[in-house]
Amino acid sequence: MASTFWQSTVGKKIVMGVTGLIMIGYLVVHMVANAKIFFGPEEFNAYGHWLRVMGAPVLHHEWGLWGARVILLTSVILHGVSAYQLSRRDIKARPEKYVHSKPRMSYATRTMRWGGVILGLFIVWHVLDLTTGTVHSGGFQEGHPYQNVVDTFSTWYGNVIYIVAMLAMGMHVRHGFWSAAQTLGAGNRTRDRAFKALANGLAIVLTVGFISVPVGVMTGVVS
Amino acid sequence: MKLTLRVWRQKNADTPGAMATYELDGVSQDMSFLEMLDILNEELIVKGEEPVAFDHDCREGICGACSLVINGDAHGPERTTTCQLHMRSFKDGDTIDIEPWRASAFPVIKDLVVDRSAFDRVIQAGGYITAPTGSAPEAHATPVPKADADYAFEHAECIGCGACVAACPNGAAMLFTSAKVNHLNVLPQGSPERETRVLDMVSQMDAEGFGGCTLTGECATACPKGIPLFSITSMNKEWLRATRKVKR
Ligand code: HEM
Ligand code: FES
Repeated sequence: MASTFWQSTVGKKIVMGVTGLIMIGYLVVHMVANAKIFFGPEEFNAYGHWLRVMGAPVLHHEWGLWGARVILLTSVILHGVSAYQLSRRDIKARPEKYVHSKPRMSYATRTMRWGGVILGLFIVWHVLDLTTGTVHSGGFQEGHPYQNVVDTFSTWYGNVIYIVAMLAMGMHVRHGFWSAAQTLGAGNRTRDRAFKALANGLAIVLTVGFISVPVGVMTGVVS
Repeated sequence: MKLTLRVWRQKNADTPGAMATYELDGVSQDMSFLEMLDILNEELIVKGEEPVAFDHDCREGICGACSLVINGDAHGPERTTTCQLHMRSFKDGDTIDIEPWRASAFPVIKDLVVDRSAFDRVIQAGGYITAPTGSAPEAHATPVPKADADYAFEHAECIGCGACVAACPNGAAMLFTSAKVNHLNVLPQGSPERETRVLDMVSQMDAEGFGGCTLTGECATACPKGIPLFSITSMNKEWLRATRKVKR
């Protein structure tokens, strides 16, 4: 059963669709939680603390957080590996280009592969910057996410990396969410307008929601 | 009309090909695209040159043999087959690029002719029903709801020309395979093989070296018969259902 999925182009795409949707679900929660930064350091830092005691007293310290990390890491790896393997296959299946060729696909559709690579690199940077602090500018303070976020968005490159990645994310979600509906067999003629609208809505809300944080720091609303 | 034609010429599968340019005069707006190529070939034969090889059979849009990429579009600028495309879709003085279907699963045999037997093997893997031989069954023995009959017919319109593969940037055969799967899977006559059909046809499609679907929609735009993109969605659904029902 598992090998049926992994060996088939249709099955592997289903793996991509499911892991992609898990990540989109996470992004929605992440974006909503980020908005707490507009209500001051106490509120935001308390949320960072809660992530560690999530599920208590049933779960031991950080077990809930590690559970979420494992699910997300598994998703991003399965998603990336499927994307790589399917893309290799796609390129091999169409080795010769047409002499007379014209770009017809939408921008979001054409940029799924490179956009995905940008997202992958961004995720690595983002974790090293704000979770582990390895590449953080200025002194990284464990347990003080508010200050860490302000530090990152006080550098020009922090803003540039973040905003470019969020635009790429919006585009990826726009084609990705609608695609997942087709891959998982949920789409049809009557529902298509709803799925397209939902995909566009999600893409815009997520992009604006995430970008509002660096804009908040840049304009001094968050400091 | 006077036209400049740039045509892909390739001696055989093992020799590399290239575009060759021909000037053609006296083309009428009422000619079909293939009649225009017939005129070109007559001129080439008179000059002692090798005529351009291209596939065609019925020339009435039902067999699926004709297969040209015209100015980058499979079957050219209209939603129809190459044989049903007319020269009135072009202007005097136009330059027209004519290329074969491009996909590694469809190797070029000669000039504009490609080998599409991969499609036959996908059909052999499950594009059939099991029916007793002998005299024809009573027409009303198996009732089919109108909506299902319409759905089956919409997909049965696929003529297997391969324009979907030619148009897909991944050389995928998803639209062809899904048209065949959905056509039979919705009907009572096709239900005994409902699960094995979709699993076997998809795995044969993969084995032939077609690419995967990235939902660009190019296939459905190119399809001369208007097979909808949601045909692929339905096949994905059938495939998921089948993996749950069949243990292998
Ligand atoms: C590791 C970084 C990533 C890479 C390399 C990547 C790459 C890709 C590629 C190549 C596709 C297929 C494009 C197509 O069908 O045209 C895709 C689809 C998708 N991606 Fe990503 N992506 C990445 C990260 C993400 C993230 C973070 C999300 C969550 C927001 C996401 C959500 C999706 C969804 C929902 C799909 C649609 C799957 C389907 O068609 O069923 N991806 N991705
Ligand atoms: S020649 Fe038969 S469909 Fe064009």
